[in-house]
Amino acid sequence: MSSRTLPLLFINLGGEMLYILDQRLRAQNIPTDKAKKVMNDIITTMFNKKFLEELFKPQELYSKKALRTVFDRLAHASIMRLNQASMDKLYDLMTMAFKYQVLLCPRPKDILLVSFNHMDAIKDFVRDAPSILNQVDETYRQLIEIYTPLSGGEFQLIRQTLLIFFQDMHIRVSIFLKDKVQNSNGRFVLPTSGPVPYGTQVPGLIRIFSCNGEEVKRLQFHSGGSYSSALREGSFELFGERVIKLGTNMYSVSRPVETHMSGTAKNSAQHTKVNTAPNPLAKEELNLLARLMGGLEVQKPANADTGFRVNLFATDEEEEEALISRPAELSYEVINIQATKDQQASAELARIMGEFKEEGAPSESPSSKGEDLLAMMDGL
Amino acid sequence: MYHKEKSIQIKSSASALYNNLSVLRIAPRSLTYFTVVHANVVNMVSASWDGLNFSHRQLQSKEGNIAASSSLIMQASWCVLPARELLVLTSQKGIQMYESDGSIMVYWHALDIPETPTAQAVFARGIAAVRENYICVGVSSGSVLVFDVPSKGSNIMLSEVLEEHRDSITDMASECSGSLECIADLVTADDSGVLCVWKSGEDFQLLNKIPGFDVCCSSVKLWKGTVAAGYGTGQIRLYEAVTGIVHAEVNAHARWIYSLDIAPFSGLLLSGAEDSLVRVWHMTLTPETNSVEIEHLYSECVTDTQICGAKFCDGDGYAFAVTGYDLSEIIRYTQA
Repeated sequence: MSSRTLPLLFINLGGEMLYILDQRLRAQNIPTDKAKKVMNDIITTMFNKKFLEELFKPQELYSKKALRTVFDRLAHASIMRLNQASMDKLYDLMTMAFKYQVLLCPRPKDILLVSFNHMDAIKDFVRDAPSILNQVDETYRQLIEIYTPLSGGEFQLIRQTLLIFFQDMHIRVSIFLKDKVQNSNGRFVLPTSGPVPYGTQVPGLIRIFSCNGEEVKRLQFHSGGSYSSALREGSFELFGERVIKLGTNMYSVSRPVETHMSGTAKNSAQHTKVNTAPNPLAKEELNLLARLMGGLEVQKPANADTGFRVNLFATDEEEEEALISRPAELSYEVINIQATKDQQASAELARIMGEFKEEGAPSESPSSKGEDLLAMMDGL
Repeated sequence: MYHKEKSIQIKSSASALYNNLSVLRIAPRSLTYFTVVHANVVNMVSASWDGLNFSHRQLQSKEGNIAASSSLIMQASWCVLPARELLVLTSQKGIQMYESDGSIMVYWHALDIPETPTAQAVFARGIAAVRENYICVGVSSGSVLVFDVPSKGSNIMLSEVLEEHRDSITDMASECSGSLECIADLVTADDSGVLCVWKSGEDFQLLNKIPGFDVCCSSVKLWKGTVAAGYGTGQIRLYEAVTGIVHAEVNAHARWIYSLDIAPFSGLLLSGAEDSLVRVWHMTLTPETNSVEIEHLYSECVTDTQICGAKFCDGDGYAFAVTGYDLSEIIRYTQA
């Protein structure tokens, strides 16, 4: 559907990831300088010029699995390490938060304001680092240039594309359950009260006109909700009041992150079915992914002194338990790009492979060039 | 006025797409067919009127010879012509026409897809059967494709391309009253809210172009010469098709409207929106004064569901069916 969706998906998921990591770094009392380094490194990687060039090219969305691979890599762009269970949880929280924002944003165009809320917060994270701030501002200007001219209908197509991406995901998130914006079945609560979207009139009025355009009758009807008139429109400029709160940071040390991984039995069956369907375009997608990831520059693995691990759970035991008890249908089965002995692989791919080497054993040499990329995929 | 019936389960949940429910009543066999789009799959259910038998079928978006693909489907709709009924699917790659039971694909029309993806998405959306032998389908470029469909066989021909819209087609509808006195046969709508009113024939004739106001018209219907249009602002407007005169303006929903339907025998209008509400309205035509009035009859809140499809199940509006994003069921309501 919309070929303009990927940048918004990436920036908003990235923004949510940064909120969560920021909260965990503080909750685990990681020294300020190390925490700052992690945030700065990840933001630098996220807004890498070459990477964003690829990202902003019109293209279809990746599969959930492929995008998860991108975020795995991004989360490990610094000296911080996350194990599988924490990474799963991080990705669950990011995706459910953005699904909520996409579903609830009053008008499709407000997805841009949600993105701007994330961008504003990211700028605040790097306010002391002018060169990173410049990088972020560059992307900000690009977002404004590309997206502000789009019509409501085009934004609706972007929104529909995102909703297909998030379809059938019903992971329960404690912060949403506590705030009563998510039901115990994982569905989000849709309000039938409050301000209507900008440009919409409060429902309840029928106006009848004569042939020459005069209003001849007014009828009221009971709307079944208690709506109020629209708030003013948020600013679509580089600076300004966004008005809507979706996309702002909802975490704090006193409001820790938590998920309930049970899923809903009814929907999880479908979830599995969708994800396991063989995709004949897998190779094409992997090519795109490789190109995109080529721009993701990652720091050399940290040495033992400076590196540290962050846990998305309260204790290490809980984290272990989560890994074991996670339902199979919720497994992302991250694309594991393995090292290959093929000398002809491009330098770019070789670099990507090199950085993933630790995750899998070297594979057999691929039999033909055409299979190179597929050969690098593990467990697909 | 309406009460909820037992829901029909579908194999996979509905995607958030305009007019994402199509209903076909097959009276001789006491069956009703339903289709709901889920990403790259169409869920088809045939339900017997006694509510005892359901049979399911899933159609993939096939592109010509490619057996499977990830191409997303935008809409599925049954087209009823006097001689035959076809199920039409529109996707990112093209247009497929099936026999009404989904068993055989009789026609495939590929869209022009650029080598590298462009900023402007490519897809087909908006489906209508017009008069004796035409099926019209909208395209993201704004073109409306007119297909000439023989009474049987697969010799379907692209007979005309109508180039009046400048934005992506969202929906289209043919005159649903069956009255031959109506001049206008077809109304087409686009992303900017422009409506084009057409007379069908060997060459389709543009009767009127009703300007939009830069608000997307997501669903449109045509009944006894009156256009009912639903917009992204939650408003419904009734226009006289051939003149463009506005008869009524209704602040109907708090969010984007996804679907409108008309029960032609009773003049009932059904609207469904992202605000989780479905509403039933009654339209009255007074030919002597050339006026159309509309009143609100009934509202139902489908809790926590952004509605993407709402259709009457019969010509009187005795029953209607609703689907919503992420919902794996078709909810039915029947008059008490």
